Amino acid sequence: MSLRVTGAVAARVLAQLRRDPRTIALIVGVPCLLQTLLKELFAGSSPVFQHVGAPLLGLFPFVTMFLVTSITMLRERTTGTLERLMTLPLGKFDLLAGYGAAFAVFAALQATIVSALAFGLLGLHVAGPQVVVGALAVANAVLGTALGLFVSAFAQTEFQAVQFMPAMVFPQILLCGLFVGRSSMAAWLRWISDAMPLTYAYDALAHTAADTLDGRFAADVAVVCGCIVLALALGAATLRRRTG
Amino acid sequence: MDARLNGVAIRVEALHVVRGGKVVLPELTCAVAHGTVTGLLGPSGSGKSTLIRSVVGVQRVAGGRVEVLGEPAGARPLRSRVGYMTQAPSVYEDLTVRENLRFFARVLGAERGTVERAIGDVSLDDHADRVVSRLSGGQRARVSLATALLGAPDLLVLDEPTVGLDPVLRRDLWQLFHALAERGTTLLVSSHVMDEADRCDALLLLRDGRLLAEGTPAELRARTGVTQLDDVFLRLVDGAAT
Repeated sequence: MSLRVTGAVAARVLAQLRRDPRTIALIVGVPCLLQTLLKELFAGSSPVFQHVGAPLLGLFPFVTMFLVTSITMLRERTTGTLERLMTLPLGKFDLLAGYGAAFAVFAALQATIVSALAFGLLGLHVAGPQVVVGALAVANAVLGTALGLFVSAFAQTEFQAVQFMPAMVFPQILLCGLFVGRSSMAAWLRWISDAMPLTYAYDALAHTAADTLDGRFAADVAVVCGCIVLALALGAATLRRRTG
Repeated sequence: MDARLNGVAIRVEALHVVRGGKVVLPELTCAVAHGTVTGLLGPSGSGKSTLIRSVVGVQRVAGGRVEVLGEPAGARPLRSRVGYMTQAPSVYEDLTVRENLRFFARVLGAERGTVERAIGDVSLDDHADRVVSRLSGGQRARVSLATALLGAPDLLVLDEPTVGLDPVLRRDLWQLFHALAERGTTLLVSSHVMDEADRCDALLLLRDGRLLAEGTPAELRARTGVTQLDDVFLRLVDGAAT
């Protein structure tokens, strides 16, 4: 583990993103637009917006960072820069941690701006502390980054990488408890739901919205953190110094 | 030859490599002497890049041994002592020349001056702050070469560094390679252009994954009795076939 190398990777990833202002605008602008749409869509029924707003705020960075990371890492694999890095004094974990750190910074920016809009202008209300929603958004972004790094190993082209989004992310969003309460799901669906990290991320956000920051909330956060470590370890296992 | 044996930078013994179910290097044995510019020549598909990848330790190897600077290829201590230029430029297209080099220098832990020196060595001073995606193919190749020069490595392994460059730049780069060799750096440089052979101290001629010949350009001429290195290659191929 080298802080110098991790820092170098993080700074480089951020510099690459800075070169691409349109992507930055999309990363920040799209969730703002969706929050506004949601608010207007349920203008007649404010409880729906209050119910969905905070989870959307907290889960959106997961989706964004999953996509951005899987493409960025796939490029690293296909353009030969990964092979080049593997000949340098760089640990696999340094590389992954650098990516995680860069996208966490980015997620913090995204969460800050979207939170300001939702809690300020749109009148979203959570009973618990708003800053916890922001912190969970950043944690979910790192989770998305870690999973994106992992799945990039299974895509040969960018078309394939993009398809991992609906394959890996949509089922988690459908089953996390946001659309249908987990207690009213068929047993086998609940088992699948139990095995998905986003379920715990959603539960933590729901607890924050209800201001019930109890042991259950702490367990949710622990599961999300555990999944980040697990996904990074799986990602590291897909990075090979020697390839065929 | 005996003087060179004392200072072997790369020793390859019975190297066997299979890629995608196809044997690329059946059983290759060769050596590269310390402080020389050794040319690895052969047509495309002859196994040059596979040998190079084995030397820098990124190729999965099925058998044999590759020793680099006294260590097994790819060993941890070699990672800051071996500079590698891949065949396709492996730099970040969305960063500038200088940003790319700063990143690689930081990963290497090299001192800051090394970046400006590398930019100067490949004559990219006027393009240092341009984004790589806006550069020509030859300029991109030079950025990739510059990353290999960072931190003054003891061994430089360069896969076709002069492809697509104009004659003046090619001459300048070969001068740079020899200047580095005089300072004690060992260089292994691949090319599929035979007219670059005369610029090398020693040659490894590769064809179909087999070593056709090794020696200095003069030795190979004497052995085959022809003066053009293209003809030397043809004679050796004919000789191997009969």
